[in-house]
Amino acid sequence: MKSNKFNAKVVNKMQIKLPSLSVNEGMARAAAAAFVSQLDPTATELADIKCAVSEAVTNCIVHGYRDTVGVVRMTIKLCEGRIVRIEIVDKGCGIADVKQARQPLFTTDAAGERSGMGFTVMESFTDGVRVSSKPGKGTTVTMVKLLDALDIST
Amino acid sequence: MGRATFTYEESGYFLRVKLKGDIDHHSAVATRTGIDTLLYKIRPRRLYLDLSCVDFMDSSGLGLIMGRYALMKEIGGDVVVCEPSAGVERVLKLAGLERLVRVQRNKTDGAAQDKPRGRKVRKEVLK
Repeated sequence: MKSNKFNAKVVNKMQIKLPSLSVNEGMARAAAAAFVSQLDPTATELADIKCAVSEAVTNCIVHGYRDTVGVVRMTIKLCEGRIVRIEIVDKGCGIADVKQARQPLFTTDAAGERSGMGFTVMESFTDGVRVSSKPGKGTTVTMVKLLDALDIST
Repeated sequence: MGRATFTYEESGYFLRVKLKGDIDHHSAVATRTGIDTLLYKIRPRRLYLDLSCVDFMDSSGLGLIMGRYALMKEIGGDVVVCEPSAGVERVLKLAGLERLVRVQRNKTDGAAQDKPRGRKVRKEVLK
């Protein structure tokens, strides 16, 4: 069931709040990788998660809090069935047209050399992305990653 | 983790930039400025971006490569991306970056076409 992966029972969880400074992008993905590591993900799964987190946090910093500094909140929930649910929240400017923002190569910041591939990376490297946003209120991105079963033969 | 830094070598004809560490939005800003300063000074025909020591790259790296591609086109040269790791390669593939720049997967890969396209174009223009 498609909705299950977004509602699976939580076994362990962590949350960090960081000011929206670009230097914290590396911190956010390192923290995510460290927490998810307890499930013994493959190197590829871990790389996928780091990349997806990096994109979502960068979006908060570059777009959500464009010329200001606010709080980026990342919550990671490890759920039953080796499901990892990552929620990244900002209280920034919000997205007027989420559908448009998710289009590959769409960007509102071409001068800053943003490639417009952020949401595409998140969608490709995880198993589900939900975006809820309100202009002026902020954006919440929820990503779900299904980890492969542990290989116990080795 | 760690900030991306780079080293470079140049022959006047080409500029080879070896990037190191993580390429994300944070590190890309400084890296971009550094590379562009060199590009304007040297004005090479070809820019090699060596990614063999890059551990992590997100879509900011795509922006960095695409931006340098645009600048090299303006100068009259091209870009070759060298030795991306498996992880970096997956990000490159997503954007279909090979339509814009050549990707050299090992040191001898595509050596036959190692003649910069920029020079050929320039000759035609001069005629």
